Amino acid sequence: MTSFAEAADGTDGTEPAEEIRAIPVRHPGRWAASAVVLVLVAMLAHSLVSDSTYQWGVFGQYFTSAVILQGLVLTIELTIIAMAIGIVLGVVAAVMRLSPNPVVSGAGWVYVWFFRGTPVLVQLLFWYNISALYPRLSLGIPFGPDFVHGNVNPIITAFTAAILGLGLNEGAYMSEIVRAGLLSVDHGQTEAAQALGMTRGLALRRIVLPQAMRVIIPPTGNETIGMLKTTSLASTIALSELLRATQNIYSRTYQTIPLLIVASVWYITLTSVLSIGQYYLERYFARGSARTLPPTPLKRLRQSLITFHAPRPVIGPSLAPPTNGSRR
Amino acid sequence: MSRDNGLARPGTAMVRAERVHKSFGRAQVLRGIDLEVGRGEVMCIIGPSGSGKSTFLRCVNHLEKIDAGRLWVNGELVGYRQHAGKLYELRDREICAKRAQIGMVFQHFNLFPHMTALGNVIEAPVRVLKEDKTTAAQRGRTLLERVGLGDWCGAYPRQLSGGQQQRVAIARALAMRPKLMLFDEPTSALDPELVGEVLDVMRDLAATGMTMVVVTHEMGFAREAGDTLVFMDGGTIIEAGHPRNVITSPQHPRTQAFLSKVL
Repeated sequence: MTSFAEAADGTDGTEPAEEIRAIPVRHPGRWAASAVVLVLVAMLAHSLVSDSTYQWGVFGQYFTSAVILQGLVLTIELTIIAMAIGIVLGVVAAVMRLSPNPVVSGAGWVYVWFFRGTPVLVQLLFWYNISALYPRLSLGIPFGPDFVHGNVNPIITAFTAAILGLGLNEGAYMSEIVRAGLLSVDHGQTEAAQALGMTRGLALRRIVLPQAMRVIIPPTGNETIGMLKTTSLASTIALSELLRATQNIYSRTYQTIPLLIVASVWYITLTSVLSIGQYYLERYFARGSARTLPPTPLKRLRQSLITFHAPRPVIGPSLAPPTNGSRR
Repeated sequence: MSRDNGLARPGTAMVRAERVHKSFGRAQVLRGIDLEVGRGEVMCIIGPSGSGKSTFLRCVNHLEKIDAGRLWVNGELVGYRQHAGKLYELRDREICAKRAQIGMVFQHFNLFPHMTALGNVIEAPVRVLKEDKTTAAQRGRTLLERVGLGDWCGAYPRQLSGGQQQRVAIARALAMRPKLMLFDEPTSALDPELVGEVLDVMRDLAATGMTMVVVTHEMGFAREAGDTLVFMDGGTIIEAGHPRNVITSPQHPRTQAFLSKVL
């Protein structure tokens, strides 16, 4: 603490300023709050260990069992496919809503209005039972002869119904997210692109969308995490995803709590992985938005380890341009 | 409205405007603009804010549609095709192809922030003109060197000063090998000490024989580098002529009043 004053005193002849020696403010409230939290944590930990209804043995037995892992794979598949459909539909609907053509923008609006306005569970049940409404599917001239036709029932399995329901519903939400992202990009960017001779589509793809991504990605990560959990609704249409797989087991064995914990731990593991992915994706699209990007947690950890072993300043990787050019 | 500058002959002019009108809703921004910019000519447009200078510039590359009158660039109508006495709107693609031949530099630079300086410069040559990426990059580096930024190819716009950003923007426009360059108040958003570096680049460009239309408040630049000076107010051209004549002996009282404030 006194080294700075001594150094200043030693290097030049000026008289050192008087150091500040103040008594720090006490925070008794923090100590009290910490004590309460610690007691609560201890109580929870105690109950986790001592309470026999948790049945950790059963948890261990089923956590990596084949049936659960199959359900897990199905949940991941559903999430990826439904999100992919949602993102594509979202971009399409957002671009439609920003179209100067009133019919196209109106169609985009109606899509969002309908699929955002009805519960996703109802949509899932609807798609699962769609064959009752449209038993036959045919390809041909509208109001004219058909060329190909088939029954809807074998096409709409629980899996396709789940994908349609989740994907179409997600598209409606994603379109609002994408639209907000597109609107967040300064109009000058479109103008500059147009002045360079770019078409509307090219300017959207190369200039506006990449910049909109910074606004689009955080809520999309949110949506993906939400989707992962929403896939559990597909258990209602007899699809053996993660939740249904656990339900199938505990309806036989009556070990409800440990199996629900199995599902919960898997869900939280997957959402954690998604959060990490989102962090790096955000970093990628933040390039150019800050002069230098902050180091990632991993880099920071590595740096602190290096500084721990060899106490010397570590210069983090930066995006700074070569310094031989004079900055006027 | 006087035009005593006889440098350009009709038909060979790079830009030709005849009674160009433009309104935004009720506000009439341009009320009959007649002017000609000859090939290789540097025209500076000055005037108070709201006089329609920038709007006219934006009409030249069809970022704004004109309501009445005729506007030609390089002998071709802007935004329309005339056939058998009728006007046909051009398709999006045709308009884009024409814009690709006109460079534009904006007041707020409008560089693409997610691309490096070099990325900004080669984007349109590669995507619009379908140039080979390596040759475009080579030429892009040469252009950035030409504006004094050879060492900054890999820098993102946000890492550059305003003056540097504007010079990248000029290099970006030049990368399209334009026949005509439009400058919309290129130095108005810059700190006073950074104005000079951008004007130097523009002076060099003028010396190469590039046709330029410059909306500006830099009277020094207009006097030295300009062939013609146009004073606009209220959507019309009040006075036009050789910069030295207009600046030293303005004929119209409104020009006199404006110049007395800015000089």
